[in-house]
Amino acid sequence: MLLIGLVLAGVAVAVTFVIRAFQENLTYFIAPTQVAEGHAPAREFRLGGLVLKDSVKREPGSLTVHFLVSDLANSVPVQYTGVLPDLFAEGKGAVVRGRMGADGEFRAEEVIAKHDENYEPPEVTDALAKAKKPTAVPE
Amino acid sequence: MIPEIGQFSLVLALCLALVQASLPLAGAWTGRAEWMALARPAAAGQFVFIVLAFATLEYAFLNDDFSVLFVAQHSNSALPAFYKFTAAWGGHEGSMLFWITVLAIWTLAVAAGSRSQPEEFASRVLGVLGIVSAGIIAFALFTSNPFLRLAPAPADGNDLNPLLQDPGMIIHPPTLYVGYVGMAVPFAFAVAALLTGRLDKNWAKWTRPWTVAAWIFLTCGITLGSWWSYYELGWGGWWFWDPVENSSFMPWLLATALLHSLAVTERRGIFKSWTVLLAIAAFSLSLLGTFLTRSGVLVSVHAFAADPTRGMFILGLLAAYSGLPLMLYGFRASSLEAEGGFKLVSREAFLLANNILLVIAAATVLFGTLSPLIVDALGYGKISVGPPYFDVMFLVPMLPLAVLLGVGMHSIWRTMSGASLVQRLIWPAGIAAALGVTLPLIFYGHASLLTSVASVIGLWVCAAALLDPLRKWVLREGAPLTRAQIGMCLAHFGVGVFILGATYVSAYTVETEVSARPGEHFQVGGYEFVLRGVKPVESGNYSAEEGEFEVRKGGRLVTVLASQQRVYRVQQTPTTEAAIDSRIGRDVFVAMSKPVGDNAWAVRIQVKPMIRFLWLGPLLMALGGIFAVLDRRYRLAARESTVPSRSAAATGSS
Repeated sequence: MLLIGLVLAGVAVAVTFVIRAFQENLTYFIAPTQVAEGHAPAREFRLGGLVLKDSVKREPGSLTVHFLVSDLANSVPVQYTGVLPDLFAEGKGAVVRGRMGADGEFRAEEVIAKHDENYEPPEVTDALAKAKKPTAVPE
Repeated sequence: MIPEIGQFSLVLALCLALVQASLPLAGAWTGRAEWMALARPAAAGQFVFIVLAFATLEYAFLNDDFSVLFVAQHSNSALPAFYKFTAAWGGHEGSMLFWITVLAIWTLAVAAGSRSQPEEFASRVLGVLGIVSAGIIAFALFTSNPFLRLAPAPADGNDLNPLLQDPGMIIHPPTLYVGYVGMAVPFAFAVAALLTGRLDKNWAKWTRPWTVAAWIFLTCGITLGSWWSYYELGWGGWWFWDPVENSSFMPWLLATALLHSLAVTERRGIFKSWTVLLAIAAFSLSLLGTFLTRSGVLVSVHAFAADPTRGMFILGLLAAYSGLPLMLYGFRASSLEAEGGFKLVSREAFLLANNILLVIAAATVLFGTLSPLIVDALGYGKISVGPPYFDVMFLVPMLPLAVLLGVGMHSIWRTMSGASLVQRLIWPAGIAAALGVTLPLIFYGHASLLTSVASVIGLWVCAAALLDPLRKWVLREGAPLTRAQIGMCLAHFGVGVFILGATYVSAYTVETEVSARPGEHFQVGGYEFVLRGVKPVESGNYSAEEGEFEVRKGGRLVTVLASQQRVYRVQQTPTTEAAIDSRIGRDVFVAMSKPVGDNAWAVRIQVKPMIRFLWLGPLLMALGGIFAVLDRRYRLAARESTVPSRSAAATGSS
């Protein structure tokens, strides 16, 4: 009996911890169009899309870069300081994790680029497909 | 012509797998010895044809046969021969064929190693392995055939993903697969036992060495993967809680639980139901891992391809291979009554705690890995669960587990007094507490509460593991240690070493990202780094810029590190080759990324204390496993049961 009680108590504690840690570390994925529509959460989130061509501006000699992440309907300016992943490139998909700044520029803490030529993060594909739909409808 | 031979061999192997999956099981059911006798020849034949199929694929790779789609996608004529060979498992189709090959090797080993077991039982084990094999071969043939042709054949191939062009890649996936697939063996033993309805100490004794063997490979495979990602991915991390890492780690956690619960079943004949369920769950999680990796539902380094039919096929296999045994278990559960109980302070109780904590750890990892998929499937948006969730959730069951481990090792079966345990362990506990708190303060000057606690626990596990060997070999007292006991001490010592490594790396790593110009100096973690210069380097299939860094400590030159920023010509993919200076006490890590303008380069510099312990620990665990497998009792058991059968055969013939 004692053993079963201990086990149940252990499981209860574990479940509580799981739920708390889970809630604290959950980040939503938001597309640029959602940001443009004012759906950007105040907490940390992930933003994904294409890195727009000719949008990457670097402060020469520093690790700070600015670029636009776009789903081809809307784009969000992003600022990041640090070493970019090897496969980060203009015209390619990327996912950034961070918060919106008060100035409307997204402050990225982490940049994730796709892993190889044929691979695109499913979130990016999805965001691009969603943004494309309204423009495809003839007016 | 040659690829078609491979294709044909695979079809023949499927036919033989179907024979192996049906007749021996039916024979065991109806008592027909001639049907049961088919199990071993079918397994051997299947092995031959699968190896032939795999050899054909290798032949196509080594001879640049780009008319084979899979070869065209994953190789190139300029690729070094070495990597042409390993490219065979560098993509989805080939890695499935590799899965099948590994299963065929395990099956052959079981066929050879099960001669001492009753024919009825062995043929059921082989039958179940046949079912598993048939399912996966069908999966390969129908959804991911590596022998598909491409017409017209391209002049050259698309090349292997540059990240996979690395020596670590030659051994990491095969080792991991051998472990992963090896979990099919305890699974087959469990299902066979449910079919016979006889789950006894002998069953546990037969299952245990196979489980340990698969666990050894799984341990080494995961360790190699961690090591590979550390030096190859170029950002110095050693574990990312990447969904695919998780899917190899969850079977490991359950396999570890299974090893310990098998020990109880072997010695005391209890925990039977639990042991059987663990064996089924461990293999199900291996299959789930295959599903997660191959269905493309995950964002991961390992996700090769997205194809819903593949996902559905594996999900179907998963449902069948875990659902049917669970139903069978439901029928048999009532007959699996335990033969005896145990006391609160006994080895059984500690092993039960070990099992519960390991299963909780596996469950939280599973929850964190699957919840983004479930939330997405339910239409609540796309989420991701960050590494901090896993870090916390993993520590919650693991720290108590490590504390109990030290005590449990010195407990005895059935019952014992708590006082004798305390008396025995008071010294190691005291030493661990004193050193665990003071050492980090002496070496690093500061320590958080968690660092102190984890460092005490790590030393406690090491000390508890060394107690018996010290008694025996230094003080010359006590009974001689069996190989199994040496194995246990070694593996648990490895756990302690790992905990120490993980603790110190997490707490005392110094890392920075800088933009460096030639001649510029940086102070990081007590070392001075100078970028000497950057020069171009040309190699067979890539060109690179190589940055040379001087590393000094107190003005004295420690080493010169050359990190490269490579561009592989065929795919035009850039990769970072980190340069690492390793000592047992610390690693110095430099990774040069791209130029950032103004003659400067983005560079990552890290000083990581004791990171080698992270991999040394698991290797010691695996070594402990090897000692355990070589224990005399397994060979004695095999000899004892073959002798009477041989004499029976002799009397039969006379």
